[in-house]
Amino acid sequence: MTRYTLTRLALLLLGLLVSSVLIFLTLRVLPGDIAQLIAGTNSTPEQVEAIRERLGLNQPLPVQYLDWIAGVFRGDLGSSLLTGSSVTSELAEKAQVTVPLGIMSLTIALLFSLPFGVISAMRRGHGGGTALSVGAQALAAVPVVWAGMMLVVVFAVWLGWLPAQGFPRAGWNDPAAAFRSLLRPALTIGIVEGAMLMRFVRSATMQAVGQDYVRTAAAKGLTRNAALIRHGLPNVGLSVVTVLGLQVAGIIVGAVVIEQLFSLPGIGRMLVDDVSARDLPKVQGELLVLTGFVLVIGFVVDLVHRIIDPRQREAT
Amino acid sequence: MSTPVVHSDRRSHWGWLQRLWSLSTGRFGLIVVLVVALTALISRFWTPFEPRQVDLATRWALPGWPHLLGTDGTGRDILSLLMAGSRTTVLVAVGAGVIATIIGVALAALGALTARWLRESVAVFVDILIAFPVLIIAMMISSVWGGSLAVVIWSVGIGFGVNIARVTRPELRRVLHSDFVLAGRASGLSPLQNLARHLLPNVAPVFIVQLSWGMAVAVLAEAGLSYLGFGAPVTEPSWGLLLAELQQYITVYPLSVLWPGLAITFTVLGLNLLGDAMREATDPTLSRGRDPLHRPRGAIRHVPEVVA
Repeated sequence: MTRYTLTRLALLLLGLLVSSVLIFLTLRVLPGDIAQLIAGTNSTPEQVEAIRERLGLNQPLPVQYLDWIAGVFRGDLGSSLLTGSSVTSELAEKAQVTVPLGIMSLTIALLFSLPFGVISAMRRGHGGGTALSVGAQALAAVPVVWAGMMLVVVFAVWLGWLPAQGFPRAGWNDPAAAFRSLLRPALTIGIVEGAMLMRFVRSATMQAVGQDYVRTAAAKGLTRNAALIRHGLPNVGLSVVTVLGLQVAGIIVGAVVIEQLFSLPGIGRMLVDDVSARDLPKVQGELLVLTGFVLVIGFVVDLVHRIIDPRQREAT
Repeated sequence: MSTPVVHSDRRSHWGWLQRLWSLSTGRFGLIVVLVVALTALISRFWTPFEPRQVDLATRWALPGWPHLLGTDGTGRDILSLLMAGSRTTVLVAVGAGVIATIIGVALAALGALTARWLRESVAVFVDILIAFPVLIIAMMISSVWGGSLAVVIWSVGIGFGVNIARVTRPELRRVLHSDFVLAGRASGLSPLQNLARHLLPNVAPVFIVQLSWGMAVAVLAEAGLSYLGFGAPVTEPSWGLLLAELQQYITVYPLSVLWPGLAITFTVLGLNLLGDAMREATDPTLSRGRDPLHRPRGAIRHVPEVVA
């Protein structure tokens, strides 16, 4: 296990290295002259030169990369081109919206996908199971923006509940208001992501039904459902753990869109704004944090999977 | 000796399509995909109204005649806009599908069948790339070149190609260790013959399902990115753009937002269900009759004691 953990940790570090290089190269090398790009078409050569100087673009690429990474290790993700503000502090501020939003979304997704997914597989071919699976299929196909819009229509317009948009100025100093403003965005992401997860749970359960160990358990006298619950569900749980990393990535993507729709001042909205403004140093920092987060989640998921699946432990 | 082989091949091909059609999900998926493709084709030549034509006199018309789905805030016919938008959808789905196939097959084969150091490196690379969600890739490229449909197609293609590789690779590895592959190798098949005869047919279901789902993701990504302003240019008709445009009037004219959302949902649903049905039609372990603990509906209740 220690050996596996160390190997996996090395992979994580390698992943962080590769993704940072990829981000750096895409944003620094591919655009051609980034200084020209930033200065715009009406700029004088002196202005372009000044920008180049300020960004350290006159230094060789490896030096620029090392500068950036050294900054990251000091907790300095760079600063905005337009406002000069620190990316790190802004990210920390926006995370107060996006992290709770993500946790709430994931909780909602798990809460409704696990039971409904298993039920829809076990009641396959019956009215209830079919209805559940059709519902999940339809919901998983809904674009998350549109799901949010429909929730706006249903809640705000017809029922007159909850504020339609925004996040309270007081932030988490007003926990009730903050929670309320995140509830509908989280519900939107949670329902759509949960529907996708539910399809996965359903097919994992159906696969478990066909396995020999379930048949053997049934042959030894367990009912079909008991055999499934005793021997099938642990396997379903394991497969769910393996896709949790992807679910987290899905939630981040959902947050980017949904924060835009609900005017939430989170990391997703910040990224959209910075990409639109072509604030490349900021985009670079934000992308590194997001992909780094997904990589770390993948690392944790793999370790957990290793710990709880006995077959994985033996397969070393 | 070769004739019966060809014959059985053709029959299994035909049976596969027939099984697809016999599943309600497969029928639904095929019909939706056909309808969207046909709509895209027809809209090149004919739409009820000119999609870009502004007519302030009929703005926010309710669904009825002659505007079947009503009009938007500038009096454009929503049905015509949707029909024209389907072209963008088909373009993105097909383009991304082609790129994802090429990248996915190449990476999966490299990651499963080559020398240990190479396949492990490829697997690590794939695992790293998968940390970049499609939308993030698209925004990374957009921040440099600005948003466009080409950016959407490439980012979904890359993102989903990696995804396909990740799902297909372990399947290839698993099948590689199967007895029938071993038997094939033992009976003298070359690695390539073994790949074509035993490996690819066995991972094809996984692959095709992934591809169908990937195209669904492409449709969603186009809508999402166009909504954010990184996809279709405002001059192009696009379902995502239409959503963004109608969003600000959502509390006043909620009905108009319904149509582009429904169009996206049905297309994605069709592709998803088509993927599911293909999976069910090609994977014998998933087909309904094979559930060992679940008696198929309408099965013979009194099984004769001795089956001939």
